[in-house]
Amino acid sequence: MDVAIVGVGLHPFGRTASMSGLEQGAAAVRSALADAGTDFKAMQFAFGGSQDGGNADSLVNLLGLTGLQFTNVANGCATGGSSLNAAYSAIKSGQYDVGLVVGFDKHARGAFNPKPKDWGLDDWYGETGLMLTTQYFGMKIQRYMHDHGISRETLIRVAEKAYRNGSLTPTAWRKTALSWEEIDNAPMVSEPLNKYMFCSPAEGGCALVVCRSDIAHRFHPKPIYLKTAVVRSRNYGSFEVFSPSQPPEVADSPTVTASTAAFELAGVGPSDIDVAQLQDTEVGAEIMHMAENGFCAHGEQEQWLAEGATDINGRLPVNTDGGCLANGEPVGASGLRQVHEICMQLRGDAGERQVAGEPQVGYTHVYGAPGISGVNILTR
Amino acid sequence: MSEAKPLHEGLFNWPDPAAGLIGSRCLDCGEHAFPAQSSCRACSGQNTVPANLGSEGTLWTWTIQSFMPKAPYDTDETPETFTPYGVGYIELACGLKVESRLRENTPEQLRIGMPMTMELITVRQNGDGEELLTFQFCAAKESH
Repeated sequence: MDVAIVGVGLHPFGRTASMSGLEQGAAAVRSALADAGTDFKAMQFAFGGSQDGGNADSLVNLLGLTGLQFTNVANGCATGGSSLNAAYSAIKSGQYDVGLVVGFDKHARGAFNPKPKDWGLDDWYGETGLMLTTQYFGMKIQRYMHDHGISRETLIRVAEKAYRNGSLTPTAWRKTALSWEEIDNAPMVSEPLNKYMFCSPAEGGCALVVCRSDIAHRFHPKPIYLKTAVVRSRNYGSFEVFSPSQPPEVADSPTVTASTAAFELAGVGPSDIDVAQLQDTEVGAEIMHMAENGFCAHGEQEQWLAEGATDINGRLPVNTDGGCLANGEPVGASGLRQVHEICMQLRGDAGERQVAGEPQVGYTHVYGAPGISGVNILTR
Repeated sequence: MSEAKPLHEGLFNWPDPAAGLIGSRCLDCGEHAFPAQSSCRACSGQNTVPANLGSEGTLWTWTIQSFMPKAPYDTDETPETFTPYGVGYIELACGLKVESRLRENTPEQLRIGMPMTMELITVRQNGDGEELLTFQFCAAKESH
């Protein structure tokens, strides 16, 4: 049985001081249910996740105690991808007809504050100043630029595109386009990445109603079909965050293994994708993920960005809603926002940022610590 | 002069730090790890032994920590006295790449492939006035 997405809902990312994370999740669910023309009582199951916003299954206190199966998912930045993967299997297996995927969060301001013990590390690692995700992102793109000839100009181009797309997205957090000079002169955070090259922890919620494809038209006139949902963790040798040491050989990242499996399962290739959402925790991530997902060779990003190939009117539009850079990252909801945006694009409902030519096939890729990737391929 | 001791036991040879970092080696597959592990992350075996990893290597990648980190960072610095520090991976003779603080802290001083050597630095003093030490790497002096 194929799987369809028939309702999408977003509580805009950013800061909503008046609402808890849980309330933002509930708002997203209500919006997705309204989009699908149904109600919470009709939901047979839910998978949901939040890192700092409370247990996802507490949502039933706000939405109704209907007795449904509600499973909490916790996979860092890949929580949304893992939740959708679980829902996909629940429908695909024939176990359920219709259900809900939801993610929400509400993070404190500033960089995340991870504790070494939670990651299997001793206190010295944090006390001596190595427990910062920003350092990892700086070091990873620094090596990648060295190996594959990526310039600082290409980093700036990715940031420029993100805020430009954010300015076209009514629900984005950062809705102001930034000039080359503003990005170029921003304060350095972690060489070679500066303030405007990183996304920020944020708040927000996102929800999807999923169902068996043969009943999809009961809910929505334009169902989007989830061809495949794949999640992979890291192999030995993948260069990941919070690693006091790395093996001699650098192995393929979990993005490569998830992407390869997703293309095989969906029976399409990278050249078939009309619009993509790629994890852009910072600009280097988007650049590396273009190649790791198979869209170009390592190093070709330099030319792609110079030509505007990933702009909304380019040959492969990437992060059309401004991605994490313009929307911020509420960890539990972030991967689902990517799917929300692809659904809007494939429905033709993306307004000013709509990709021309009626895109048929969309792609989402989420990546999180300590080395988890989730890939979805969607069609009209 | 005050007494000194490692902040965390078992990361480097003490009291003879010239012998360098201490890791482990898997007797089944030969892979190294740092810090030392009782099981092998490469082959899942449990047949590991301690291994001296030495104190020399080359810089594999780097960044600079330009602001004072929040907790769990724990030194005697204040935001006013904080000095930016480099962070990098040092590729050792056995091939393992070890993450480390770097003494060099400007882009001009750091280059992928440059030779590096280990030294010890004070993280903070404990309540008994003892200096708590950790390792970092710095540019190796050119040999003549």
